[in-house]
Amino acid sequence: MALSACSAPGSMLDTHGPKAEQTATLWWLMLGAALAVFLLVMLLLGLALLRQRRPPAVDERGLARVGRLGRFGANALVVVFGLAVPSVVLVATLVWDVRTLAALAGPPAPARLTISVTGHQFWWEFRYAEADVASPSELHVPAGEPVLLEIRGADVIHSFWVPQLMGKLDAIPGQTNTTWLQADTPGTFRGQCAEFCGEQHAHMGFLVIAEPADEFAAWLDAQGRPAAPSDPSTAPGAQLFARAGCIACHTIRYGTTGVGGQLGPDLTHVGGRRTLASNTLDNTLGNMEGWIGNPQAIRPGTLMPAVPLDADELRALAVYLESLK
Amino acid sequence: MATVAQQQQLAPPTAERPQPEDALKQVWTDGHGLRAWFATVQNGPIVYRFMTTVFVFFLMGGVEALAMRSQLARPENTLLDPELYDQLFTMHGSTMMFLFAVPMMEAFAEFLLPPMVGSRELPFPRMTAFLYWVLLFGGVLFNAAFLVGQLPDSGWFAYVPLSNIQFSPGLGIDFWLLGLDVAQIAAIGDVFELSVGILRMRAPGMSLARMPLYLWSILVMAFMMLFGFVPLFMCTLMLQLDRHWGTHFFDPAAGGDPLLWQHLFWIFGHPEVYIMFIPATGIVAMIIPTFARRPMVGHRWIVLAMVATGFLSFGLWVHHMFATGLPLLGMSFFTAASLMIAIPSGVQILAFIATLASGRVSFETPLLFVLGFLFVFVFGGLSGVMLASVPFDWQVTDSFFVVAHFHYVLIGGLLFPTFAGLYYWMPKLSGRLLHEGLGKLNFWVMFVGFNVAFFPMHLSGLLGMPRRVYTYAPGLGLELPNLISTLGAFVLGLGVLLFVGNVVDSIYLGHGRPASDNPWYAGSLDWATPSPPPDEGYRVVPIVHSRLPLWDQERLDQGDPAWVRLVHAFEHYPVKWRASLVTSLTEGVPEGIVRLPGPSLLPLLAAFMLMVVFAAELYNAHLLAIGAGLVMAGAVIRWMWPPAIERERRLDDAGRPTIHGLPVYLAGPRAPAWWGMLWTLLVMAVGSGCLIFGYYYLAVRAPAWPPPGVETPGVLLPLANLGVLGVLSASMAWALRSVRRGSTAGLLLGTTLGLGLAALFLVLQGVEFAHWGFTPDVDAYTSAFGTLAGLQTVFVLLGLVLGGVVAAQAWLGYFNEWRFLAVENVRNYWLFVSGHWLVVLLVLYVSPRLP
Repeated sequence: MALSACSAPGSMLDTHGPKAEQTATLWWLMLGAALAVFLLVMLLLGLALLRQRRPPAVDERGLARVGRLGRFGANALVVVFGLAVPSVVLVATLVWDVRTLAALAGPPAPARLTISVTGHQFWWEFRYAEADVASPSELHVPAGEPVLLEIRGADVIHSFWVPQLMGKLDAIPGQTNTTWLQADTPGTFRGQCAEFCGEQHAHMGFLVIAEPADEFAAWLDAQGRPAAPSDPSTAPGAQLFARAGCIACHTIRYGTTGVGGQLGPDLTHVGGRRTLASNTLDNTLGNMEGWIGNPQAIRPGTLMPAVPLDADELRALAVYLESLK
Repeated sequence: MATVAQQQQLAPPTAERPQPEDALKQVWTDGHGLRAWFATVQNGPIVYRFMTTVFVFFLMGGVEALAMRSQLARPENTLLDPELYDQLFTMHGSTMMFLFAVPMMEAFAEFLLPPMVGSRELPFPRMTAFLYWVLLFGGVLFNAAFLVGQLPDSGWFAYVPLSNIQFSPGLGIDFWLLGLDVAQIAAIGDVFELSVGILRMRAPGMSLARMPLYLWSILVMAFMMLFGFVPLFMCTLMLQLDRHWGTHFFDPAAGGDPLLWQHLFWIFGHPEVYIMFIPATGIVAMIIPTFARRPMVGHRWIVLAMVATGFLSFGLWVHHMFATGLPLLGMSFFTAASLMIAIPSGVQILAFIATLASGRVSFETPLLFVLGFLFVFVFGGLSGVMLASVPFDWQVTDSFFVVAHFHYVLIGGLLFPTFAGLYYWMPKLSGRLLHEGLGKLNFWVMFVGFNVAFFPMHLSGLLGMPRRVYTYAPGLGLELPNLISTLGAFVLGLGVLLFVGNVVDSIYLGHGRPASDNPWYAGSLDWATPSPPPDEGYRVVPIVHSRLPLWDQERLDQGDPAWVRLVHAFEHYPVKWRASLVTSLTEGVPEGIVRLPGPSLLPLLAAFMLMVVFAAELYNAHLLAIGAGLVMAGAVIRWMWPPAIERERRLDDAGRPTIHGLPVYLAGPRAPAWWGMLWTLLVMAVGSGCLIFGYYYLAVRAPAWPPPGVETPGVLLPLANLGVLGVLSASMAWALRSVRRGSTAGLLLGTTLGLGLAALFLVLQGVEFAHWGFTPDVDAYTSAFGTLAGLQTVFVLLGLVLGGVVAAQAWLGYFNEWRFLAVENVRNYWLFVSGHWLVVLLVLYVSPRLP
């Protein structure tokens, strides 16, 4: 069971970036020290109890006779193992800890890209200001280089966490927290909200997708483009998007301006995303229909209302959304 | 190896001993029947109810936990919907913290204090009753949320903005806040009871150096509750104001700050852990010497460690906030402090081990639970040391690793010692021993169940499972650890049921062996009385020469001849009223005799009305709340009103102010009530300090303070009011001086003038409020300003009531040259309120004008 910790997706010990890696090193060191201390204390306790096989004599009151040597030994035990040893271990821990903290304080190289991260009830939004791109639930980064993150909360407090890459930083309304993140190699990593934020806290996931620099640039370029124009097969869905009210909360960018509300995720390129509903469902046509048809069944308490549509309309809407690659 | 209990059957069980129907016994008996049941102020029966009540809350919290564990037994389970799951973890955490752990420690202390200090009762018996009723009603109100289906669901630390009205519009959070307030009132009230009992009511000869470790732990706990629970009270008050009265302390859109809540909450929340843990180590420190048959190794080290822990625990709250984006340098400081607090714990643990190593150990149930504590707590302490590391904390905070950690600390550090203490003292409390074999089984089932339940959670956390999720996805390696945790949780629950079975069988059904006075052959004073202790506690108050008088002293009534005469004379006189000794703070020299009140229904009435006030506020029935508040105030005034025997100065039959050479009309630091006032003022000071902290915290984070468009009100009227309070304090000082010299005219004039001046202050402040040019609900500045200024109004209003009562008593002729404590207390009150206004003046009116 313990070994699985090192390879499970989402494990903080299966590291893919410098921040998680140095933290994991710190953990293994502290674990070693803690185990040593624990075993030492339990050994002392065990010896204390084993001594009872030949217990000390009792005096006329029925109390244990403790000689001068016993008194000295008992006090020495307290001073050495209760005071001296812990002090040394703790100072060593403090030194190592502060060194790690200093190493994590800033990125190893200057970051070229700043991404704005916003926690909403119950989804994450990643904005690339320079490219005017809003990417819900998918944080794309170039592999092998650091990026800066500016983290905010839109409504309540959330916490940004990608165990394989970095620890948590809270997304707090009215405050901007800045940090950096680096994935050493291309890959996909699970992230999720770690501060309880309401009913769908459990399903407030996202993906960090690290790509080679050229693939990342291509992705960013594609995301910056407006939505694909609808063709005859998708036109009914496009009309439904406006007519059924989706547009009140969701934006789809046609041309240079966005059309729609800001409450829910931007859907301009929703068809190209890997998952739906904050990393709850794989992005398939069937899942899209199921999610739009009854979001409360999949994520009870989500702010997305069920839209009254018949099966054909649902299919048309899903087909249209899936066409937005 | 023969057990201690088998070896020691020295004294016959209490029931077989002759029970003389004498005057002492009579005056201390609260009577029988239904009325007496509700009116009793004896700590024995009250603690029995107290423990039963909080144990029921504990079982409810446990059932909530088992429901959650059932939901998490497999991935994507649909047993509970997220709404119910969120409500359950909120109720579980809040119940275990506020309705079980802290009250259980208070209950132990209230029971053990009189026998252990060698006093006949707690210093404020009616307060004991009041606090129990308050806790009961508060707990019922809190759980009434289940009945109306409006449960809190923001977690036990209820972070804003999630818990604010915008995101939690239902009544759930209000139930949580009000239920919590009532539980906090019970905790803060206990501070008075316990600290004054320990500081002023110890037996003759019990100097601080001879004081048992348990009493040290309770003293430290009491001070920590004073400085810890008051901030909690203030931040829950601020949230109530934000939710229903339009203030903006935590609203970022109007200059407020969500992190202010976290700071105030954790300034309470971290010491809270030690508020529960320190008395638990106190329990352990009493049990180990008994079962190791030798005095504790390093007694002074342990005292020092407890005090150090108490201080340090107030310097680490930020380690709950490492992920909120605070400056790294500041966080390193809190890392160092968090690591440092492991040192006093290490000293205590090793002192316990050294005592066992050099003693003659007998392995009975209480000791087994202590050994379980050593194992589990050391484990949890070590994961706590890891959490002090900022980078590691970033990874595991708010994950199941933290859930595992604090359950190791709390169940190891608190629940195992609680069970050890229950097995150890139940014979004293009930007069019967619990079944030993069942007790051992109880321990092993709980120990195994606990570790099986919580050890795998470390792994779940490392694998990336956040806490407070109602479900998790398959394929992340989380299935197995969660399933094992759930199985373990049910085994742990079975262990708790075994305890319930043992208590029912041994005590309620009476199958347990009757307990002698000292069934474990312990050395501390708490085992000197019969089991259970009779209402009068000690007939002959003991004289103490040792830390372990039952081991080291042949008799408990030997020593200084004057003291021997005193304690024997004290058995027979006074017996018309309940008398207890007051002794000096450090050396335990008898200094006075205090009259303790008898049974009364007023505490019950006052507690009930307090609950009505809160329940009425829930439903915005302000008139009902005001009415109930007035009834409560009346009940409290009636309760404090001196009875005829005291106001007619007949405490001594001959009309003298002394008995056995000791004063009976106490004043100054000798009087428990003087300390009661001092503590009240401290509570007020800490409460106000929280608002001042909030004011400056918001000021520092604001771009402009006061914000543009809002002007700080003029300083002229507040200055005039400072003058009013100055004259008021002087007139009260004059009144006190006069009464001490036997002059009634000065007393009457001074106290009456005081009332007029207090009223004048309120009038002037009313004029001032009208000239503010803003209301408190504009933004964070006006909220902080209005609340702090309003607090002064509340203080003055309260002073008006207190002053009115004392003036009335003065006119009725209740005071003379040796009976003037109430006048002194009111003088002290006004001195504080004047000083408080000076501080408020500087903070609110002067500091924004400084360049």
